[in-house]
Amino acid sequence: MNETATSRFSGWWASFRPRLTPYLFIAPNLVLFSVFIFFPLLYAAFISVHEWSLIDEPFYIGAENYTRLLTDYQFWQAMKNTVIYSVATVPTSLAIGLLLAVGLDRDLYARTFLRSIYFLPVVVSSVATAIIAAWLFNDHYGVINALLKLVGIQPVAWLSTTSWALPSIIITTLWTRVGFCMVVYLAALQSISPTYYEAASIDGATRLQQFRHVTWPLLRPTTFLLLILNVIHSFQVFDLIFVMTGGGPGFSTTMIVQYIYQSAFATSEMGYASAMGIVLFLLILLFTLLQWRVNMRTEEFV
Amino acid sequence: MMVTTTTPTKKRLETIGLWVLMAFGAVIMIFPIYWMFVTAVRPKDQIFIPDVSLMPTGWVWQNFADALAHMPFLHWFWNSTVIAVVAVAITVTINLLCGYAFAKFRFAGRDVLFLAVLSALMIPVQVIIVPLFFVVSELGLLNSYWGVILPRAAEAFGIFMVRQFMVSIPDELIEAARLDGASELTIFRKIVLPLSKPIIAVLIIFTFMWRWNDFVMPLVMLTDQEMYTVQLGLNLLKGQYNTEWTDIMSIALLSLVPMLVIFVFFQRQLIQGIAGTGLK
Repeated sequence: MNETATSRFSGWWASFRPRLTPYLFIAPNLVLFSVFIFFPLLYAAFISVHEWSLIDEPFYIGAENYTRLLTDYQFWQAMKNTVIYSVATVPTSLAIGLLLAVGLDRDLYARTFLRSIYFLPVVVSSVATAIIAAWLFNDHYGVINALLKLVGIQPVAWLSTTSWALPSIIITTLWTRVGFCMVVYLAALQSISPTYYEAASIDGATRLQQFRHVTWPLLRPTTFLLLILNVIHSFQVFDLIFVMTGGGPGFSTTMIVQYIYQSAFATSEMGYASAMGIVLFLLILLFTLLQWRVNMRTEEFV
Repeated sequence: MMVTTTTPTKKRLETIGLWVLMAFGAVIMIFPIYWMFVTAVRPKDQIFIPDVSLMPTGWVWQNFADALAHMPFLHWFWNSTVIAVVAVAITVTINLLCGYAFAKFRFAGRDVLFLAVLSALMIPVQVIIVPLFFVVSELGLLNSYWGVILPRAAEAFGIFMVRQFMVSIPDELIEAARLDGASELTIFRKIVLPLSKPIIAVLIIFTFMWRWNDFVMPLVMLTDQEMYTVQLGLNLLKGQYNTEWTDIMSIALLSLVPMLVIFVFFQRQLIQGIAGTGLK
C-alpha cells in the first residue's frame, strides 16, 4: 500500500519535474525583477499620492502632488529643458550616425581604424565624459575658447551662462552618441543585399536616388529602433549633467530626472519626486507606443 | 563615352574628399581623450595660462602619483572592481539560465513572462530611483556592495540577447542528450553553454562596462566614502573647490583604463552586442 503510494508520488513527480525546470531557470531573474523593478514601480505610485518627508509617516493627500506639478514653474522648466535637449540631440545623433555609416561603409583607407575612433566614446563613462567636457569648455582656460580665439572669435562663457550651458551639454552628448548610431546603421547597411543597388544602377539611378529609394526605406526599422532608444536615453539623462553642470547655472540645464533626484534627496519630498517619476514613466511609455503605432501604420502603406 | 573617361578621376577625387572629411571628424572625436592625457602629464604651473598649447608641454608622470595620494582612489578602484566582477558573475549566470528557458522550453505563461521581461526594458532606473532607495534600505543593503549589485543583477537586455542567440541552437542536440538521460542542468552546462561562447563573451563585456561606468545607483546607495566607486570618487574630486585639473585628468584617465583595454581587445564583441540587438 505504502509502496504504491510512494511509487504513485514518484510517478507524479517524474512527470511534474520536467515541467518545473523552465520556471526554476527563470526564477532568479523573475524574483530580482519583481523586487527591484516591478514592486518599486507600484510603490512609486503609492508614494506619489502621499506627502512624505522621511521624518514623519506618509500622509495621504490624493492627487495633490500631481496637481502641484501643473503649477510648478521649475517642473515645467525642467520639462522644457528635457524636450529641447531631446529635440536637439536625437535627430542630430541619428543623422550624423547615418552619414558616418554611409561614408565608412565605402572602401576607404584605414576605415576600420576610423570606425574605431568614432566608436570609442561609447565605452567612456558619463562621469569621465562630463569631466573632460567641463575642462574643454572651461570659460577661461578651456581649449575650445583658446581655439576660437585663434580664429578671431570672442571666447564664449560656455558653462557659466544660462544660454550656453545647454548647448555645451548637447554637443557633449553628440560626442557620446554618434558612434553608437553609426555602429547600428553600419550593421543594417551591411545586411542590405547588393543586388538592390545593381538593379537600381541598371535603371540609371544616381547615387543620391539610390540612397533615397533603396537605402533609406530599407533602413526604416533601424531608424525606428534608434529613435526610440535615443529618445529614452535623452529623457532619462542624468549622470552627464549632474557632473558637468549640476543642473545650473540657475535652472538652465536641470532635466526631469535631475529635478526628481533633487526633490527626493536634497529637499526630501518623496511623494512629489515619485509623482514626477510616474509622469516620466508614462511619457516614455506613451512615446514608445505612439512610435510603434506610427511605424506600424506607415509600414502598411509602404 | 565622355562619362567613362571622366568617371575614374572624379570618383578618385570624391573618395579622397570623403576620406579627408571622415579623418577630420575622427580627429575631433579623439581630441577630448588626447587632451585628457596631455593635461594629465602637463606641469601644474602651465595649466592656467592664457595661450594654450595643443602639444604636450611636459611629461610629468609624477602627476599621477600626486593625484592618487590626495584621495583613496586605489581603494575606490578596488570597490569598483569587486562590484563589477561580482555583478558579472551573477548577471551572466542568471541571464543565461533565463534566456535559455525562454528560447528552448515551452511552458504555460511563457509569453506573458517574456513580455514582463521586455517591459522591464521600458522602466529606466531613474524613474523608480526613490522607491528603489527604500527597498534597498529596508533590505539593509545601503552602503554595501550588494546594494548596487542586486538591483541591477537581472538585466533585461541580457536576457533578450541570450534568447535571440539560443533560439538558433538545434533542438535535436538537446533532445538527444535528454534521451540519453542527462539532467537538465547537465544539458545546459555540457551542451548549451559550449555552443554559446560568443554570446557569453558579449554578455560579460557589456555587464562589466555597465557596472564599471554606473553612476546613479552608487550615488544613491553608497553615501559612505569608504564604499565609493571610482565614478563617485571622480565626481567628488571634480566638486572640490580648488582641485588641480592635472589631478582630475589623471584619475579620469586611470578610470578609463579597464574600458580602453576592453575596447582594444574586445571591440568585435562590443560591436556585435550593439549591432546585434541595437541596444546599449
